[in-house]
Amino acid sequence: MLTRRIIPCLDVINRRVTKGVKFKNNVDLGDPVELAARYYEQGCDELVVYDITASAEHRPIDIDMVRGVARAVRIPFAVGGGISCLEDMSRVLLAGAEKVSVNSLAVKNPTIIAEGARAFGAQCIVLGMDPVRTDDQARCPSGYEITTRGFRERTGLDAVEWARRAEGFGAGEIVVNSVDADGTRQGFELTITRLIADAVRIPVVASGGAGCSRHLRDAFVEGHADAAIVAGMIHSGEYTIGRIKAELAADGVPVRKSA
Amino acid sequence: MIAIIDYKAGNLTSVKLAFDALGQANVITSDPAVILAAERVVFPGVGAAGSAMRNIKELNLIPVLRSVIASERPFLGICVGTQILFDFSEEDEGTPCLGVLPGCVKLFRPSDPRDKVPHMGWNQMSIQRRHPLLQGVADNSDFYFVHSYYPEPADTTDIIGTTDYANVKFAAMVGRRNMAATQFHVEKSGRVGLKVLENFACWNGTLNPECSTLGLPPC
Repeated sequence: MLTRRIIPCLDVINRRVTKGVKFKNNVDLGDPVELAARYYEQGCDELVVYDITASAEHRPIDIDMVRGVARAVRIPFAVGGGISCLEDMSRVLLAGAEKVSVNSLAVKNPTIIAEGARAFGAQCIVLGMDPVRTDDQARCPSGYEITTRGFRERTGLDAVEWARRAEGFGAGEIVVNSVDADGTRQGFELTITRLIADAVRIPVVASGGAGCSRHLRDAFVEGHADAAIVAGMIHSGEYTIGRIKAELAADGVPVRKSA
Repeated sequence: MIAIIDYKAGNLTSVKLAFDALGQANVITSDPAVILAAERVVFPGVGAAGSAMRNIKELNLIPVLRSVIASERPFLGICVGTQILFDFSEEDEGTPCLGVLPGCVKLFRPSDPRDKVPHMGWNQMSIQRRHPLLQGVADNSDFYFVHSYYPEPADTTDIIGTTDYANVKFAAMVGRRNMAATQFHVEKSGRVGLKVLENFACWNGTLNPECSTLGLPPC
C-alpha cells in the first residue's frame, strides 16, 4: 500500500534553518545540511528546503547548500524560493534535488509550470500555494484566495481554480500551505486541503499548522492529503519522525517503516 | 568503473551521488566507447518514454545497449530506463521500445479518484523470487516510486518483485540473466535502496551464487 509521506520543511535564511510564525519572528535552528541528515536518519520520507529570502534579495538559490543536502540524504527533496526561470530549475535539479517548487513565480507566469514540466518532467514541478480564507465569494467561490510573496500580496485568484489550472499546465504535485494555519501548530486547514485534493488528480501535500501526530492523521483522513509537511513540531525537539510515524501507524495510517 | 548512461532523459546526479556514497567509481557518460568498456552499466531515466527512445536513437546508443545486455556484464535499468527495455509503451500515443524484455508498459487508470497519478511515494515490494540484488533486503521493504506508467512483462519469470497500486499488481523489479531493472528509484530509496546498489556494485551478473558485498548491514 502506498504510504502517506511525512516531509520536514527547512526554511533557510543565509544558510541557517529558521522557524517563524507567519514568516515573522524567525529563530535560528541550525545548519540545513545537518538538519536534513538528522531527519533523514529519523526516517522522513522526503524533504523540502526553501531558500526563503532568495527572491526578496534577488539572488539565486544557494546551490552549494543544495549539493550538501543531496550528498547527505538518499531520499527525494524539493527546493523552493528563488526559482525565477528554467535555468534556475535546471541548476537546482542538477545539484541533486528531485523537485523544484514554484509559488509566486507561477502566479505571475503560469507557463513556467508547463515549460518546466516539458523540460524536466511533470514529477519535478511542484506548485506551492499560500491560500487564505476570504469572504469575497464573488471572486473566490471556494472561499480561499491565493496570496503571494510570503503572504504579503493578495491575488484575487480562487485557490481551487488555481490548483486545477496548475494541474492543466503540468504540475506534478501541489503543496497547500494555509496562511491561516501556518506556524500555529493548531492543526492543518483541512477544508482547503480537502477541496484541492478532491479537485485534482495529482498528489496534494498539506502544509502549515502541524503540532501533533493527530493533526497529520486528520490531514490524511479528513483532508485527503497524500503527504504532510512538518516543521515546528520536530524542530522544537518535541517530536521525532519516528514518534510521529509510530503514532500514525497506531492510528491506522499507512507509513513507511522508518530506519 | 560503473557507467551511468546519460541520454538527456533527466537528472542523473542522484544516481552518481549514491554510488559516490558507496565509494564506487562511476561516470556519467553518453560515449559508446566508455559504456562498452565499463564493468557495469546503469540505465536510468526520468521523463517520458517517447523522448527517451528518441534520445537514445539520436545518440546511437541502441546498438551499445543491446551489446551490453547481450554480454555478461551487470546491467541495471531504473524507472523510464526500465520501461523502455520492454516491447512497447502506451506513453506518448504509443512508443515502440527496445524489446529486450517481452511485454508492454501501461498507464495507471484508477477507478478510485483518491488513487493519484503519478503513483508518487513509498510503497512495498513483495519479492517474487530471490535475486542477488536483493541480498539482505527484507520482503515488503518500502521503495520510492514516481511514475504514471507501469511495466507488464509477458513472461512472468522475468518478475522479481511486485507492488500494488490502484488495483494493479505491477512488476516493480524485473530481470533476466545479467539484466536487472527497477520501476522504483533505487537511488532515492534510503538505506534499502543503497543496499540494492551495493549489491549491484558487487554483482557478477549471474543469478547465483550470491556475491560478496561492501559490508552494509541487511535492511
